[in-house]
Amino acid sequence: MVRAFMILLLCQLAGTVVQQAVGLPIPGPVMGLVLLLALLVWRGGPDPTLHETANGFLKYLGLLFVPAGVGVVTELQELRANALAIAIAIPVSTILGLAVTGALMQKLARQNA
Amino acid sequence: MHKLLPLPFFHVWAYLQTQPLLGLTATLCTWEIACLIDARAGHKAISNPTVLSIILLAAALLITRTPYAAYFNGAQYVHFLLGPATVALAIPMHANFDTIKRNFAAIIISLTAGSVAAAASAMLIARALGASHQVIISLGPKSVTTPIAMGIAQNLGGQPPLTAVFVMITGIFGTLICTSIFRLARIKDWRAQGLAAGTAAHGLATSQMLRLSQTAGAFGGLAIGLNGIITALALPLLVQIFGL
Repeated sequence: MVRAFMILLLCQLAGTVVQQAVGLPIPGPVMGLVLLLALLVWRGGPDPTLHETANGFLKYLGLLFVPAGVGVVTELQELRANALAIAIAIPVSTILGLAVTGALMQKLARQNA
Repeated sequence: MHKLLPLPFFHVWAYLQTQPLLGLTATLCTWEIACLIDARAGHKAISNPTVLSIILLAAALLITRTPYAAYFNGAQYVHFLLGPATVALAIPMHANFDTIKRNFAAIIISLTAGSVAAAASAMLIARALGASHQVIISLGPKSVTTPIAMGIAQNLGGQPPLTAVFVMITGIFGTLICTSIFRLARIKDWRAQGLAAGTAAHGLATSQMLRLSQTAGAFGGLAIGLNGIITALALPLLVQIFGL
């Protein structure tokens, strides 16, 4: 459990070091994700403890967003001032994203079903 | 708060405001309550425990006039875990790695097209309707899973809390609407449905798809991680191209 947590933190640390050193626009933890994925592909999969710890983490992913989400109290004014733009931009772009990805994937993936 | 409380209690309240204990305890208690409500409601898209917890805690802060910084003093210990949790997304992605390899080109093309369409249209619509720069940038990564979306927003000079809210709204809307969109656009392939749900509306819509089909759930799961990476790469370019 501690070893698995250490591996996750080491990947995040390495990702953050690379991001800061090179000045990449990709967040450090995302670089850490790519790094761990590469490591897993190379090693042929996670050991059971890493698997268990990671999935335990992801089960509570919803809880981890809460503190940042509550930060909305500092942005209420901004939300109110831009309410119309937000109320149109989010639904339209979400429908577009669903339709474009779905239609393309259905077309392109058909041959190797 | 001092007008509502007798003096000794006010001292306790004032002391707790300087400590991490109250903010952390409140976060965990609210989460447990929200999970109970969600279970009672039958795990609907609108009863999502993350959304409920945010609403309840935000209301509590506003009512008690507690500054966000005082709350975050405790909540930061939960917030910190977002980093390692993002890294942990590599494990479900690896589990789907063979599926990704088999359909690699199809997945990358469809996902990139949908991801760019969603991000670009959101930012351009917001700009056309006169939204502030902060709002436009914070809308960019709204289809990406929250921990990655907040990191991207931060790097581009957006507001991570705004992005967190936009991600939630996107997830709820996408979950409610995805089945109708798939019917209207005649998208019947489970792989396509799952990939679209994960790309446009991250984990919330994916968990909805998982209830309908294992295949759709697996494709949704890999779309969440891949879209995080692709958006992190593409969004800085989009912002530059459109001069946002």
